[in-house]
Parts: sequence; structure tokens; C-alpha cells
Amino acid sequence: MWIYEKKLQYPVRVSKCDVKMAKYLTEQYGGADGELAAALRYMNQRYTIPNKVIGLLTDIATEEFAHLEMIATMVYKLTKDATVEQLEEAGLGAHYANHDRALFYNNAAGVPWTATYIAAKGDPIADLYEDIAAEEKARATYQWLIDMTDDVDLQDSLKFLREREIVHSLRFREAVEILKEEQGRKTIF
Amino acid sequence: MYPQTRNWFPYVSPYDPCPPIRVKTYSVPPQLFITFQPPDLPQNSPAEALRTGVLWPSLYSPYDPRMDHLGRGGGGSHGT
Amino acid sequence: MAPEQRGKEYYALLQRLQEIDFVLVELNLYLDTHPTDMNAIEQFNQLTEKRWALANEYEKLYGPLQGFGRSYSGYPWQWNDEPWPWQV
Repeated sequence: MWIYEKKLQYPVRVSKCDVKMAKYLTEQYGGADGELAAALRYMNQRYTIPNKVIGLLTDIATEEFAHLEMIATMVYKLTKDATVEQLEEAGLGAHYANHDRALFYNNAAGVPWTATYIAAKGDPIADLYEDIAAEEKARATYQWLIDMTDDVDLQDSLKFLREREIVHSLRFREAVEILKEEQGRKTIF
Repeated sequence: MYPQTRNWFPYVSPYDPCPPIRVKTYSVPPQLFITFQPPDLPQNSPAEALRTGVLWPSLYSPYDPRMDHLGRGGGGSHGT
Repeated sequence: MAPEQRGKEYYALLQRLQEIDFVLVELNLYLDTHPTDMNAIEQFNQLTEKRWALANEYEKLYGPLQGFGRSYSGYPWQWNDEPWPWQV
């Protein structure tokens, strides 16, 4: 089971009222390489992955939910006080028509999240290579998002999230190395 | 530390409609060069670890935004 | 009227907790792939103890961090109290 903790993993500050960024940040909320996709991908693969890497998939999936909450915080802060006109100017008119200021799991272009964004092949190497690719794609998305804002505080939180993709990628690479070793080998004395 | 970016130079046609971006840059962060993290690497302080997003400085990857859209010239990031 | 805003001390203590928790996340993921690193396990266990003390200090001032019996509550039930993490 999971226990919620009433705090963010990293302090999120948004200092510029730039409603357009809310639309772009949504890519990491409900996009193909976003935090929801990451969390669900690992949380689902763990049931059929060899024992030695179940803990890693569980823990990275759990951290991804903390990142999802950070992205939600950014979007929430950028939209909560926006007028309808500001939302329309930011390209969020269609979003407002359906959702008001509610967050929704869609990408920056408004395409709703779908399970086809994630894969579970059941082959441990195929799944871990998918996970490494997912981390690199998320890292790239964070780079493009950092490029799109000049709010240094928002950039700061995005840089934290980009660095986490790098660490996760390394851990998945290590998991591949672990699985290349013979599994269940008993030490004979 | 080694530079964490690589450059490449796209072909520029005399018939390209827009002013060319002559140098393109991409990231090559540290995880690409570490197969398996060795034990006892030097660590950041807890404050520095949170600030940079990583406990071990050798896994840190800086990223400087490209400022194209702000008219401050292209470029991308550089390593430390 | 909107609830009272949190002061500087709140943000400072929250950040200290975020720092120690972050090191624990890093060590946890590291140990998942390095299960025989004794130094890292010792550091993890020491920080876990420190974290427990700091979380207690935070909860005494600002209310429960976790639900479902992982934190105590004063009266009235404190879990519902603002601010939530995305509001601060």
C-alpha cells in the first residue's frame, strides 16, 4: 500500500505569471513521456520483473508520483488566478471550455493520456531498455521546457526534475547489468 | 569534468528560407559514461544534494537554456 | 477570509526535512542496485533516525505529515488543515 506524505519532494517556486507555460508543462503531467506515464509504467512492470530489481521499479515509480505532484503544483500555481481571457490567450480556451481550471491528464497539445504510451513486454531486458529510453525522453522534455521559460525559479525546479531522470536512467542501466549476471545462483562452499 | 554536450553542423543550403542555425548541440550526461556506479563516491551536503537533484557531484549534469526565443542568440548548454 | 500564511520558519524547517528526505531517496535507490554496500547502509540507517527526529519536530509545529496512523493528530482532526503541498 502507499502512504501519502503532506509535502513536496522539492520546493516549487513559480515567480512569473506566464499562463502559456502551464499549457507546455502539461506535457510532463499527461504526456507520453510524462510523470504519470513513468509512474504507471514502472509500477506495472514490477510484477513480472526478476526479484532483484522489483525494489528499484517500486521505488522509482513512487518517486515519479512525487514528481507528478511537483508538475501539478506548477500548473496549479500558473492557472489558479488566471482570467478566462488570459487562459484563452495562452491557448487554453479549449481546455477552459471542458475543464475550467481543473488539471487534466492530457499533453501540451490537449491529447488525453492513453495506456498506449506505456509498454510491458514481459521480457526484463526489453522492459528495462524501455525504461531507460523513457528517462532519456523525459530528460529531453525537461530541457525543452527549461528553454521555453525565463523564470529562473521555475527553471530551478525543472532542472531538479531533469537531474532525477539522469539518476533514474543510471539505476535502470545498473539493473540491466544485474540481470546480465546469472539469477538465483547459489553460492557453493 | 568532461564537457557534457556535443556539437554538430547541419548542411546549409543556399536555398534555405530562414537564417541558418550553424551549430546544433545535444546533451551527453554522465550516466552514459558510467556502467555501474562505484562505491564511496564523494557526496554533496544534504542542502547541495537537494539543490542539484543528486547526492553525488560526479552524476551532476548542468543545463543552460537555449535563449533562441528571447533573441539572445542560440547555443544550448555547456559542461562544467 | 483566507487562512493565515506560513512564515519564514516554516519554509526553513520544511526545506531541512526535504534535504534529509532527499538524501534518503538517493541512498535508497542506490542501495536497490548496490545491496552489499555496508557504508551506504550505515549512512541510510543513521539518517533514518535523524529523519524521524526532524519529522517529529515538524509535526509538533505544523501538523501531521502522513495519514493512516503514521502521524499523531491534535484536536480537531488536523489532517484537513491547510495548506496542502501545492498551495504553499
